[in-house]
Amino acid sequence: MLARDEALKVLAAHYTDGITVGVYQSIFDWMQIRPHPLNYLCTGAMGQAASHGLGIAIGAPNEKVVVLDGDGSLLMNLGCLFTIGHAAPENLVHFVIHNRTYEVNGDFPILGSKVLLFEEIARIAGYRHTFVFSEIVEFKLMIKHILELAGPVFVNLHVEPGESYRQDYVAIHSSESRAIFRSALHARLFGHQPENEPSKTSPDYSANEFHQ
Amino acid sequence: MTANTLATVKGSSIISALNHASVQTVVALPDIVTCAGLLWPLSKDPNIRLIPVCKEDEGISICAGLSYCNQRSVLLIQHTGFLDSLNAIRAIAVEYQLPIVMLVGLQGMEPDGRDPSESDHLGIRIIQPICEAMRLTTYLIINDASAQMLSSEIEKAYEFSQPVVFLITQHLSAD
Repeated sequence: MLARDEALKVLAAHYTDGITVGVYQSIFDWMQIRPHPLNYLCTGAMGQAASHGLGIAIGAPNEKVVVLDGDGSLLMNLGCLFTIGHAAPENLVHFVIHNRTYEVNGDFPILGSKVLLFEEIARIAGYRHTFVFSEIVEFKLMIKHILELAGPVFVNLHVEPGESYRQDYVAIHSSESRAIFRSALHARLFGHQPENEPSKTSPDYSANEFHQ
Repeated sequence: MTANTLATVKGSSIISALNHASVQTVVALPDIVTCAGLLWPLSKDPNIRLIPVCKEDEGISICAGLSYCNQRSVLLIQHTGFLDSLNAIRAIAVEYQLPIVMLVGLQGMEPDGRDPSESDHLGIRIIQPICEAMRLTTYLIINDASAQMLSSEIEKAYEFSQPVVFLITQHLSAD
């Protein structure tokens, strides 16, 4: 048994200060389990988390980048596994939170949930290390090692829902969230604040946009 | 420009403009308009990191991630892939106001100098109106002179953190 929030708490205990790119219920949980300015919340379109993570991993090769993907999201962008396998960023750890449903969209089941072996596709695609967990004890034993490996690393977490966490859709689409991440990342990478923020005179389309 | 006087665009002119604009990375999916003249030469250019992708919307997100790290990139795709990626472009490039620079080959564009809005192909005719509806700044690359303004427009995209689309109307020559 692996409750999602318990798994994320285990990850948070070992990954206290790094960049995290996440989607949907996993990032809603993560924002409350590990609130941090280096949480990248605004992936914009379903399926895109790992691709944003790849861009950051390439752009910041000395920083670890953890992606918290969803199973429905990854199904929508399976090709990204091959893109990442080819680009082979050593600093990328790609988790898929495999709960077998589109949880935030009404809990409707994903296709192929009984046969999907994401970790096998990732292995074939060129990830250096792949793991699959369905028990919290085993995940606890391995997480430190996983975070120390040279990537790309893929981790398939077969989870059950845990506690209920607030679904903060405003945060995952807000210009403020993006500015906070940008500032924190620039402070980390360059030791100063960003020079070019999105134009304050241009229309901000982002407010309360929940489309996918 | 009239029929039969169409100028060619050299892929090397575009590469030169990318280098001038300090573009470090090209994210690409092969497009018949730009493959021979631009993508193949880029794949051998030591100054450019090429990231091949499986689908165009991946590229929107990769360019976004790179932009947060102050790294300049362009996305090289075909107009069909542009159409397929509209949701990602809408959210990530337009609503999030990120400097996503797109080089878009118009596959099937008639080689007679007409404007894309007058193409016989629906998929090409609708590109500029869609860009306009999405408030995407758009330029046509129709000759080497128009290719040369790439670098200044890429500079602007990054200076103001805004997306920009360059439509490549004709097959690029290899040199």
